[in-house]
Amino acid sequence: MTSFLQQTFNGLVSGGFYALLALGLAVIFGMLRVVNFAHGAVYMLGAFGAVVLADSAGLGFWWALLLVPLALAVAGTLLERLLIRRLAALDPLYNFLLTFGIALVCQDLLRMKYGSHSQPYEDAPFTGSVDLGLFDFPRYQVFVLAVSVAVCLAVWLVLTRTRVGTIVRAATERPELTRAFGIDTGRWVTPVFGFGVGLAALAGVLAAPMRAVNSSMGGDLIITVFAVVVIGGLGSVFGSVLAGFVIGMLQALGNLYVPVLSQTSVFLLMAVVLLIRPAGLFGKEEHA
Amino acid sequence: MKRTLSTGVAAVAVGALLAGCGGGGPSSGSGKVSDDKIVLGVLTDLSGIYADIAGPGSVEAVQMAVDDFKKKYGDKAVTENIEVIKADHQNKPEVANTQAREMYDRKRADALFDVPTSSAALAVATVAQQSKRLYFNTAAATTELAGKSCNPYTYEWAYDAYMLAQGTGAKVTEQGGKNWYMIYPDYAFGQDMQAKFTTAVQGAGGTVVAKDPTPFPSDNYSTFLLKAPGLKPKPDVLGALQAGGDLANVVKQYEQFKLKDKGIELAIGLLFDSDIKAVGADKLAGTMFTTAWYWNLDDDSRAWADRFKERTGQRPTFDHAADYSAATHYLEAVQKAGTDKAEDVSKKLDGMKFNDFFARNATLRAEDHRVVHDAYLVKVKDPAKATEDGDFTELVDTIPADEAFDKPSPDCRMN
Repeated sequence: MTSFLQQTFNGLVSGGFYALLALGLAVIFGMLRVVNFAHGAVYMLGAFGAVVLADSAGLGFWWALLLVPLALAVAGTLLERLLIRRLAALDPLYNFLLTFGIALVCQDLLRMKYGSHSQPYEDAPFTGSVDLGLFDFPRYQVFVLAVSVAVCLAVWLVLTRTRVGTIVRAATERPELTRAFGIDTGRWVTPVFGFGVGLAALAGVLAAPMRAVNSSMGGDLIITVFAVVVIGGLGSVFGSVLAGFVIGMLQALGNLYVPVLSQTSVFLLMAVVLLIRPAGLFGKEEHA
Repeated sequence: MKRTLSTGVAAVAVGALLAGCGGGGPSSGSGKVSDDKIVLGVLTDLSGIYADIAGPGSVEAVQMAVDDFKKKYGDKAVTENIEVIKADHQNKPEVANTQAREMYDRKRADALFDVPTSSAALAVATVAQQSKRLYFNTAAATTELAGKSCNPYTYEWAYDAYMLAQGTGAKVTEQGGKNWYMIYPDYAFGQDMQAKFTTAVQGAGGTVVAKDPTPFPSDNYSTFLLKAPGLKPKPDVLGALQAGGDLANVVKQYEQFKLKDKGIELAIGLLFDSDIKAVGADKLAGTMFTTAWYWNLDDDSRAWADRFKERTGQRPTFDHAADYSAATHYLEAVQKAGTDKAEDVSKKLDGMKFNDFFARNATLRAEDHRVVHDAYLVKVKDPAKATEDGDFTELVDTIPADEAFDKPSPDCRMN
């Protein structure tokens, strides 16, 4: 029983990464109808950002946690203004290809500069473990879980309790109708994109002390995150976050009980969910 | 998914067609170099996870061997026209298969070198046999290349899973790490490593308490690290058989879960300098592993490593050194045979005993084409004792050639 609880908790920690990444993808898709394939690359850039800050400026983890997501969010808004916006009116495939290309370029540039091996990162802010009653767990990983839950909750509160949130949700779910009410949804597109990018960067910084930092870390992860978003329902913020945590647990327990299935379990679940609910668990079917 | 599948099917179909049309390849007159040119092909991972271990460095090492060969023989060389070509196999067996055919058939490669990733290396061995051209594997660890999949055209030059297991698995067990929990990546390399480590640990009087396959690649090993202390009996050693970025993940998380404090030591199957750098030499200090060679081994090694560094800006891995060694002996054999015809070159190589800066007390066994040579049990140096950047390795024990490698496998039938 203890090991079951321990593994469930462990699954929630990796689920936190999925949730943060899926949350960003979901708001971006909701607002812009862009399937942002560069999301994994941003996660990777976030982790590299922490490494570079530590190496070149001697700034530790807390600075990275603050500065890197901000810097990448700004870069994201520029990207939206300069490139993504121009393709928005065309077939969504164009933006898909654009972001995919951006991801490849980022990955290759980093590989040219740093090689394909992992980068050292020594600035873990917590060491040791914390006693959680039935079991103990690395302090840093508890922190990661706390941050991801707090961020997801905060986003949910903003979306449900504030005027801005109402507009974003309305624009996400019924863009035409929202515009018909005289609300300028275009104003919100750029900040929402920047915010989504910032979330992915945040996840990357959080990953640096506990995961290998290398140019392929985003590419390996993003496929799973896309499955998470599809299971949760494309564009559904709540669904994406929930699916993120569920998949994290499923993988951890899968690793324990049926190791061979642990990687495919996500895609099996996706297949089952799509058979029953083609728009994902919390997605709404769109009628053209 | 469907797309990959159909691409794979297409590749296989094209491969089959090529094999059909190719016949036995061009027949060269004896005593002559075909097309008046020797072509050495380096088939490697040019941009993926093994690009630093092999990759561009391997291409450079083979080029270095060619340059040295030309310098040595001048106009007495069998031909002055020696070319090095390269291709990227992306660590995928189907891509390796297509690229190897392309290099042998269209680009007229006389011998291929390197090829990291065991599944890709096995694919290339099959193509080498069908094309009747030579292949020198230096980068893949599978023992199948000199075992079940051995053939007259394939040579195993540097290391294999048996060697790694005999070093680390047996020695760590003898030193008191009796109970092992092994985690291994779930593909050809990891499966083979796991089997060889299990045999080595048991042979040294140890027990494998549990062994788990882990997804490949993966960034989260927490499940296994959490499970380890609860196993009965409690393991003394966590045997991590991952490589590259996966290994960095394991070590980082091993640190966080404080398994060392819980009495579980870390033993690593295959470790490269780039991995030590990634997780920090201080964290790994004292960790034992087995290697075929390292650049700071002695004066000969250092001298070659200095030349390599001049050309590439970095220190060589054992794979780079093995590529140079294999390419040099291949060219020498062509020189002696006076032809690049694979069968004649083979006759000069088989059974050869040699010593070079890479392989000491080496024998190229004719019966399975395995090069056996001294291997080294080493440990990660205390960073305070390092004499320069990149000086990570300290010798613990030399494993003599006949102990380091397995006897020829009964599964190997050359024909």
